[in-house]
Amino acid sequence: MRLQTLVLREIFERKSQLFTSFLAILLGITVIVSIKNITHYSEGAVAQEMDSLGANVLVLPKTATLQDYYNADLQSDTIPEEYVTQLAMANLAGLDNISPKLSVPVQLQGKNYTLTGILPKNEFQAKAAWSGAGVFSRPIGCGATVGMMGSDDKKTLSRKKIIETLEDNEVLVGANVAANLKLKDADTLEVLGKKFTVTAVLPETGTVDDARLFAHLHTVQELTKKGPVVNAIEIIGCCQEISAGLVGKLNATLPDAKVVTVAQIVQSQQNVNRMMSNLSLMFLVIIVFVGGASIANYMYANVFERRREIGTLMALGADSRLVLKVFLLKALLLGGAGGVGGYVLGSIFAFVLGPQLAGIRVWPMWELAIAAIVISVGLTLVASFFPARSAARLDPCATFQEV
Amino acid sequence: MLKMENVSKVYKHRGQLVTALDNATVEIPRGDFVSLVGPSGSGKSTLLLMLGGMLSPSQGRILMEDQSVYDMHPTDRARLRREKVGFVFQTFNLVTYLSALENVQIPLFLAEMDDDAQEERAVALLERVGLGDRLHHKPCELSVGQQQRVALARMLANDPTVILADEPTGNLDPETSQQIIGYLEEFNQEGRTIVMVTHDPRAARRAKRLLRLTRGAIVSAENLVVASETATEDDEEALDAA
Repeated sequence: MRLQTLVLREIFERKSQLFTSFLAILLGITVIVSIKNITHYSEGAVAQEMDSLGANVLVLPKTATLQDYYNADLQSDTIPEEYVTQLAMANLAGLDNISPKLSVPVQLQGKNYTLTGILPKNEFQAKAAWSGAGVFSRPIGCGATVGMMGSDDKKTLSRKKIIETLEDNEVLVGANVAANLKLKDADTLEVLGKKFTVTAVLPETGTVDDARLFAHLHTVQELTKKGPVVNAIEIIGCCQEISAGLVGKLNATLPDAKVVTVAQIVQSQQNVNRMMSNLSLMFLVIIVFVGGASIANYMYANVFERRREIGTLMALGADSRLVLKVFLLKALLLGGAGGVGGYVLGSIFAFVLGPQLAGIRVWPMWELAIAAIVISVGLTLVASFFPARSAARLDPCATFQEV
Repeated sequence: MLKMENVSKVYKHRGQLVTALDNATVEIPRGDFVSLVGPSGSGKSTLLLMLGGMLSPSQGRILMEDQSVYDMHPTDRARLRREKVGFVFQTFNLVTYLSALENVQIPLFLAEMDDDAQEERAVALLERVGLGDRLHHKPCELSVGQQQRVALARMLANDPTVILADEPTGNLDPETSQQIIGYLEEFNQEGRTIVMVTHDPRAARRAKRLLRLTRGAIVSAENLVVASETATEDDEEALDAA
């Protein structure tokens, strides 16, 4: 016979009475763990999405909307290419990369595509003034990665728009364009009356880039006779600097252009995540009140029901501390089981429901196991303390009277 | 061994003061077997509880082996009960969810005996009361007589010098009552001091002394060892009336 034997036997003897209180704790912890788990991976997915977007600041004509830009940046208004020089010369901290581009619609074999002019990296380096601005010599900050032609990560090549070299007769083609026109590396094709060689077929990205062809910016300007203009300038800015007011500084540098952050695109997802975080907090408050009240109520009833047993233990020589331990150990076991069970169930729910609710893969997080057990055990111990203390202070004479 | 010196106990019940025990003085030497008789509400159980260190007096002192029981710290009083006092209850007070063996192990667990020693002693005690074949039965699987024998085995677990029995035969049939009283006599012959509250005249007469209480006061004390040899029908009727 040990203390835990005494406690466990009692729990299993009266398990039906315990069931409701245990269920309240178990379900509460389950809900908190599921929400926290899904939210965590959802936030991770948003961060990853932000990273895969590459540019996180856009410079657009005043009249353009963000929607125009993501509908394939075909807005008619343009901004001067000179803005690129101004940005490079402004030497703004946190400006990790600048990528101007000009997009125009083209028709190939009866189908519509987008021809996008981009500026390769060697063009920047060729200009001493730009190089002096240190745009490319500056260490790459957060969120900034440089994709090079020929690198393994071709998928991000067109998105990050930093291409080492691009001759005026070279073109990169998106996956859909290549599939529709049956193009492969080193093939030739004619666009806007000029012959191009396919330098690379880009892997499928699932974005508008799959229906694009990328050529040198100046070639596109020349073919479209638009002059030295661009539709948009994509900027990779360091996250901390964006928070510290980089957008404001860009606005000051280019007062005639519109500067927006891509963060706005994921704002709705972030709002959902925030809502889920608040929801889990709300559940935490509910579980504290409802679960705690349920446990305290159950414990008081248990003490009342067992007052003869408590008195008998005291008559046999148990002191108040032992009686207190009996009830607190019971609370500890109840809380521990609720925490572990809630974590396991919550993780299973998150794993199953994560892909359906948030479209993301969710894996169990051990940090949540610790939090679940700490919350559950803490709650049951606090809720059981006063009933346990009342048991420890019970009048042992009750054992001699009919109950 | 056990001494009550001018002990009174006054309860407050719904604003009214109720005297449960009134200026009682008793001395119970080692090895004595005392029956406490009297009508309901006469203070028998109160006296027993006080002797067992479970209920503090409103006035007076209670001594066990010359130690004032209620001048002790509650933890020391719990230890005193654990080491020297064995209680027997009218309703047995077995823990319903534990087996007979585990019930007997409770006092041994409280005395911090190791598991093997606990089991060995509990088995021996249950065999002594004739329940060696009921070790793993729960109380609800035992007859009332068997339950009281488990309670006797549990009471003996820590080898108490004082046994306090509150109507130990109150819920038993006459035959089983005789059996239980027989066990108490046996324990008394081993040198244990027994104080037994009872309404059963035949059980009361098996003790060495008889104390009669009325309205919280000890009204008579009788030496039954001598009296039993000269008992008359009037005496038996008087006991029955009590």
